[in-house]
Amino acid sequence: MAIETILKKIKSTAVWQSVFRHDWADTSRNRSLAIAGNVFLHLHPVRVRPHAVRMTYSWGLGGISFFLFLVLTFTGALLMFYYVPDTGRAYEDIQDLRYVVPFGRLLRNAHRWAAHLMVITVWLHMLRVFMHGAYRPPRQFNWVVGAVLLVLTLLLSFTGYLLPWDQLAFWAITVGTNMATSTPLLGAEGPFSVVTYDNDLRFALLGARAVGSNALIRFYVWHCIGLPLAASVLMAVHFWRVRKDGFSGPPNSD
Amino acid sequence: MSRAASPGASLWGSRRDFFHVTGWAAFLAAFSATLTASLRFFYPNVVFERPTIFRAGFAQDYAPNSVSLRWLKDQRVWIVRNEEGLFALHAKCTHLGCTPQWRESENKFKCPCHGSGFYPNGVNFEGPAPRPLERLKISLGPDGQILIDKGRAFRQERGEWRDPESILKA
Repeated sequence: MAIETILKKIKSTAVWQSVFRHDWADTSRNRSLAIAGNVFLHLHPVRVRPHAVRMTYSWGLGGISFFLFLVLTFTGALLMFYYVPDTGRAYEDIQDLRYVVPFGRLLRNAHRWAAHLMVITVWLHMLRVFMHGAYRPPRQFNWVVGAVLLVLTLLLSFTGYLLPWDQLAFWAITVGTNMATSTPLLGAEGPFSVVTYDNDLRFALLGARAVGSNALIRFYVWHCIGLPLAASVLMAVHFWRVRKDGFSGPPNSD
Repeated sequence: MSRAASPGASLWGSRRDFFHVTGWAAFLAAFSATLTASLRFFYPNVVFERPTIFRAGFAQDYAPNSVSLRWLKDQRVWIVRNEEGLFALHAKCTHLGCTPQWRESENKFKCPCHGSGFYPNGVNFEGPAPRPLERLKISLGPDGQILIDKGRAFRQERGEWRDPESILKA
């Protein structure tokens, strides 16, 4: 039986027809359907200006940032199988991942590298958008959404930093959360303070008066659930806006 | 609003308007209640922390003109004895909260984080620290032992070092 005959048979089955809506022969129709029929690929705008087709237009920085977010989600989820946010074992769990768990070292390092790289790429993406003036009307709201996403990215970094529960983590978060006491109104040492150390913003962040077991579990929940959920929702809005508005053009166009 | 009078219409509008307003009011009330509860949820009523008062031995345990590191590791407190008297300094830098080092040879506390420097009495004199170290409430227990309460701090810049609870006079 020739290969073509077998392939033809498979392609005529109901299962195949249900999964694949188009063939792979290089025709204009198939090319269009490949994009339009794919949930991930059809997120791109329908029409793209000729000048925006160059890779060097955007350097794919937004896409790279999103890719890194996916890497972080995947590696993060796997790390959760071996890490428990309890002050009695958090540090040892990270050591376990580094020296005992199969591919643990790779996994932990990939997560950390992706985190640092994502912070860098979102800044570069922001710079590119700014340089292209792609924040000008009608894209102002999407710029604001992007700014909030930046803050969420930095918060994800901040909350994740505490989880290894080593000296670096403990003191960095101590210093970082101490700044919350200087918040106006809601901080114990801030201007116009209406609260004390027992009920100010820092207390709400840490769940106690100092960084300890309450802080560790809170930061873990923010890091794994709260912040990724918020980031996912805003990313959906952000991408949808790009699809609707298209890539921006040269100055005084659009 | 001038509307032709109709069954159910009144000063407040029609029955439809009433339910419109009431419905949204109910939603707003439920939403506000949930939001308030959620925010309050983040402030625990009970924290599992150590008692703030600890016993620190007897006055004669501390040599004149000395800074004792005896309780530094366990309680984050220096016991200082000088011509002022005997007092307890909270070993927390007033800049961003690191634990400074006592340098005997240089006769000063020096913070390793950003270089803040404090005199043995707690006053800041170099680096980014904006104010002196805090003194803690100090007293004598019924058995003559020194009792230190970390829950009550005294700040020099607010004139609180004049409070007799902040120091045991010689």
